[in-house]
Amino acid sequence: MTFWEKLYLPEIARGLGITFKMLIGPKMTIQYPEEKYHPGGYYRGRPVLVLDEDGERCVACGLCSRVCPPLAIEVRAGETDREKERYPVKFEINMLRCIFCGLCEEVCPEEAIVMSKDLEMVFENRESAILGKEKLLVPVAQLQDRLEYLRMHQYYEPPARAQDA
Amino acid sequence: MELLVDFLIGFLKALIVLFLVILPGASGAVYFERRIAAWIQMRIGPNRVGPYGLLQPIADVIKLIFKEDIIPAAADKRFHFLAPLISITITVAVFAVIPFGHYVVINGEPVYLGVAPNVHVGILYVLAMTSMGVYGLTLAGWASNNKYSLLGGLRSSAQMISYELAMGLSIVALLMVTGTPNLMEIVEQQAGWRWNVLYQPLGFLIFLVASFAETNRTPFDLPEAEPELVGGYHTEYTGMKFGMFFLAEYGNVIAASAMMTALFFGGWQVPFLPELLGLQEGSVALALLQVASFTIKVAIFVFFFIWVRWTVPRFRYDQLMRLGWKVLFPLSLANVLITGLVMLIN
Repeated sequence: MTFWEKLYLPEIARGLGITFKMLIGPKMTIQYPEEKYHPGGYYRGRPVLVLDEDGERCVACGLCSRVCPPLAIEVRAGETDREKERYPVKFEINMLRCIFCGLCEEVCPEEAIVMSKDLEMVFENRESAILGKEKLLVPVAQLQDRLEYLRMHQYYEPPARAQDA
Repeated sequence: MELLVDFLIGFLKALIVLFLVILPGASGAVYFERRIAAWIQMRIGPNRVGPYGLLQPIADVIKLIFKEDIIPAAADKRFHFLAPLISITITVAVFAVIPFGHYVVINGEPVYLGVAPNVHVGILYVLAMTSMGVYGLTLAGWASNNKYSLLGGLRSSAQMISYELAMGLSIVALLMVTGTPNLMEIVEQQAGWRWNVLYQPLGFLIFLVASFAETNRTPFDLPEAEPELVGGYHTEYTGMKFGMFFLAEYGNVIAASAMMTALFFGGWQVPFLPELLGLQEGSVALALLQVASFTIKVAIFVFFFIWVRWTVPRFRYDQLMRLGWKVLFPLSLANVLITGLVMLIN
């Protein structure tokens, strides 16, 4: 080390300069209850079911339920007369179990379950933390960010859809 | 009768200093410590309790008072109780000789601003008190009967003794320049811009570094180094007893800042302005101006203490000892020698 480096004081002065710049510089904090956090498509919040114009996308294959590590998803399939003959009679996600890993989203062949931006999950009792279809279905328009993000980061071709054409 | 009046005035001054200087000063320092720490880390800091979070220290104290006071079963109860009292008493005692301003003439008698700023052993008294402060920390470490506390206490005593030498010698050089250990006279000599820091720049630097070590502040906060010693000497303290150590730390920071201001930066001197405004010596207006000048200077030093804490990482113990004994001690001796030679030549 040279004499100046051994002296240590110039380096302290430089460090003080850096911290002073931080002191007067912009702050990262979001003042939460007043100011909301609006994450981009990368955010893995509450998992939701996608609701298209022609109804829900889910075909009740049960892959999400199968892959879910904490066993938070319960699907019961039913049949219809429509072209897509299966649909979930019951689709429940237990938010007390969900770990927001996003495996359900990754495994879904229909792009029917995705992670939303919803990060405010407050429940007053255990029963209300088990979300049924009525709370899970979200119109596709609100999930565009996430769907776009998934297409950019997916390893396989997403299923062709009418609105893509 | 005369004695009684003097005693009462002294007592009143002590109360004023305690409740209008030390307590608000320390709680303000705690608030700004947290705020500045947050700003340096690109956060905002406490801003919920009261306007701008200003009531945060009060909320903290209320919390500390209501917390359970735990004394470990194996602790020496008397000394465990005594240690925080010693710490806080000595911190408060230092403020007795600090001159906050010159004097105000009341009933034709000059009343000096400060509890006893005219004590003719001022600096020695401060040095004596700060070296007593180590008893509080060492006793706390020993009485807790906990290995981390004991190590913290031992470190603090070793550290304080090592840095007291350098600090004392830097003051020796200063005393050679001023010729008196009376704090009020030292400040009076620094009228205009004749601040002692201009005559003793090296002495000031040594005093500054040593006072960081004496107040146990980062980069020399070895006695409470969290990663290795849990909480150091106050590991086993809870509630208001911990609060006393906390208050003592910030009280020490303010006392050290006040000492640096008084010894090296002109104390309460206000350059040029009194002549410009035509203020009379001993008038209330001038006294207020002097107190303001003193307060601003002390606040800048307190800010510097906090600023350094959030910039410089903690020294290793051997580095601390090496800096104290092999760098600062010879440097302060050299400073005394150079000061003596210059005085001899002039």
